[in-house]
Amino acid sequence: MNWVWFHRFGSPPYFYRFAGRWAPWFLGIASVLAAIGLYGGLVVAPTDYYQSDVFRIMYVHVPSAYLMMMTYCWMAGAAAVGLIWRIKVAHAVAAACAPAGVVFAGCALLTGMIWGQPTWGTYWAWDPRLVSSLFMLFFFLGYIALRGAIEDRDRADRSSAVLAIVGVVNVPIVHYSVVWWNSLHQGPTLMRSDGPAMPMSMAWPLLVMLAAYTFYFLAIMLLRARAEVLRRERGGAWLREELVRLELRS
Amino acid sequence: MAVLRRDLLLAARRPGEWLQPLAFFVLVTVLFPLAVDPEASRLRQLAPAALWVTLLLASLLALDFLFREDRRDGTLEQYVLSGQSFTALLLAKTTAHWLLTGLPVVLVGPLAAISLGAPLQSLPGIFFALVLGSVSLSLIGAIGAGLTLGVRGSGALLSLLVLPLVMPVLVFGARATQFAMAGDDFAAPLYLLAAMGVLSLTLAPLAAAAAVRISLE
Amino acid sequence: MKEFFEMRGYGGFVWSAYAIAIGSLLLNVWLARRQLRSARNDARRRIAMLENP
Repeated sequence: MNWVWFHRFGSPPYFYRFAGRWAPWFLGIASVLAAIGLYGGLVVAPTDYYQSDVFRIMYVHVPSAYLMMMTYCWMAGAAAVGLIWRIKVAHAVAAACAPAGVVFAGCALLTGMIWGQPTWGTYWAWDPRLVSSLFMLFFFLGYIALRGAIEDRDRADRSSAVLAIVGVVNVPIVHYSVVWWNSLHQGPTLMRSDGPAMPMSMAWPLLVMLAAYTFYFLAIMLLRARAEVLRRERGGAWLREELVRLELRS
Repeated sequence: MAVLRRDLLLAARRPGEWLQPLAFFVLVTVLFPLAVDPEASRLRQLAPAALWVTLLLASLLALDFLFREDRRDGTLEQYVLSGQSFTALLLAKTTAHWLLTGLPVVLVGPLAAISLGAPLQSLPGIFFALVLGSVSLSLIGAIGAGLTLGVRGSGALLSLLVLPLVMPVLVFGARATQFAMAGDDFAAPLYLLAAMGVLSLTLAPLAAAAAVRISLE
Repeated sequence: MKEFFEMRGYGGFVWSAYAIAIGSLLLNVWLARRQLRSARNDARRRIAMLENP
């Protein structure tokens, strides 16, 4: 592993500038991809035989759910890095992931519920995937709550890191719940060993949307992490430089 | 070992503390037959859920005093500084805690189940499920207790943190109880409960130890 | 065009789902930007206080 790269990101000014440079780009890429994906999903993709046009909810539901899990992994990973190597920036990244995780989890659940009503006849069922996804939401909320409740920032960082790491057990449960149990929710259709179970004309907008959501997450995470890094900075010289630069520009 | 004995002795001098969860459990399980239609079948349908939710709530209540006294009088810090394996010490504390709070509830549990309409043959199954479940609850709860040490308003926060982690215990415990009451084979959920118990036993003390260490700094 | 909005009778479901999804994504961006802005103002204030004790 290239340690130089690692330590470079750990330095607040570098991270701050890096995030500032790339976040707008990522947002832009996300928007373009989303536009393409939405067009593909809503207009181009053929109507499904079984689910008629309702299946199009998939194009927002699946990326939300997928990002919910990815966000949690990022959060737990950053928390672990911060805990083990004591890098403050990593904790900032972890904190930045949590609100995004709440949004993704909430969206996944809500869009899933809306999709479930016409297809399963019910908004909710106490089935493993739905319940474990609900827990994912609770985990994100719990993480935010714990951070908020502890006043000392170092302790807040490290306690919530422990919580994030402990909660990682839920990620494989959510992912494999449709494989291990007889679930109401449909089984894996995209990431299977024998290829996607969907025709390509339906699948490609989904892939595009997944990419769009991913870039979106990166952008949001960078934005919030920037704010976190700023909040923690105690007046290093780079901070004044940055602010002066801002004043000059505006 | 010494820690275990110490905790048990101290608790013996303050019976009010550890009797609380037990009293809570008994009171709440009695509430159900009162609140629900005395018609037996409805009550029996509710019984597994009622039993396990009450167990969960009682153990959350009990978690409050897992670390409270030791933290207040500084013993907890001494444990950390003592140089002995903190994880082992924590396991001892959790064991003492379970013996005081989990075990009484588990012993009373089958009686509560009867009052909720469980047939006699189902009692052994219910008992085993309760044992396994309450052990996991205590172990996992200790993590939450460690994380929220000394935090204001920790009661509600503790519930928010612990509940998602222990939901599987609730689900499978209730299912095992349900199967037992129906006379069906309840081995599968029981195995899962046992697996969760083993997992908690090996991993939870580590996490709890880390949590307490961080909280004490 | 009308067909597009009605989605063969499922329009209500599809469009409410999309509205929630896109709406919350946009909200999240706005909130994140706001957080950054307030952090920047805080930092500015802190530096100002340091320089003029």
